Amino acid sequence: MKNYIAFGALLVVSGFFLLSAINMHSFGSPSEEDMDRYFIENAQEEASTNNVVTSIVFDYRGFDTLGEATVLFTAVVGVSLLFRRLIK
Amino acid sequence: MMSKIVRTITNILYSSILIFGFYVIMHGHLTPGGGFQGGAVVASGIALVLIAYGYDTIKNWIKKSNLSILESIGAVSFIGVAFLGIGTTFFYNFLANSGSLFGNPTVIGINPGDLNTAGALPLMSWAVGLKVLAGLGSIVLLMAYGIKKGDGE
Repeated sequence: MKNYIAFGALLVVSGFFLLSAINMHSFGSPSEEDMDRYFIENAQEEASTNNVVTSIVFDYRGFDTLGEATVLFTAVVGVSLLFRRLIK
Repeated sequence: MMSKIVRTITNILYSSILIFGFYVIMHGHLTPGGGFQGGAVVASGIALVLIAYGYDTIKNWIKKSNLSILESIGAVSFIGVAFLGIGTTFFYNFLANSGSLFGNPTVIGINPGDLNTAGALPLMSWAVGLKVLAGLGSIVLLMAYGIKKGDGE
């Protein structure tokens, strides 16, 4: 029974992977050209920065950066827990 | 603790690495780099001193508890700056073009850049930079402590 569930899950996941591989854009062509244009043309005015990358990281995609900070925090907590046994 | 050559070179290079890291954090909104990258540079300076002088010497200079406090300050101020713009949306850049701190009007087009622009982004850069340098620094310190304990006893 367990094997059938695992096989079904494998089928579903590989099906989604295959679907995304078929729908992938050809190499070099951006998937969302309008969004790129928008960032390049408006980032300097809206976020008031010269560095478009920073304006995306901290302004447009700020929530993403919060997630990255959480990942780093989790890594630090994990290392602390790992070496807690040695400290005691 | 490593040889005298390594320690001398570390003494020369350490301040430069720190200054370069804080420069990358401070100019995150003008030049390539930002909070994460600058924090990683500063943490690499900590790792250099740690390797050159060994854990026993370094544990009196850099306290793990201080780094934890620094990391918490970074995380809380990052979320705090994000919440300050909650009048419009979460992560709204409320300081941009306001005339106050980091609020000079933006120059549109190709220009060398003004340090006093970009609103809340430099504050977030500093918060993330503090967080990354404290986080990576404490990871390095803890691993050095673990290696020492694992080898010695």
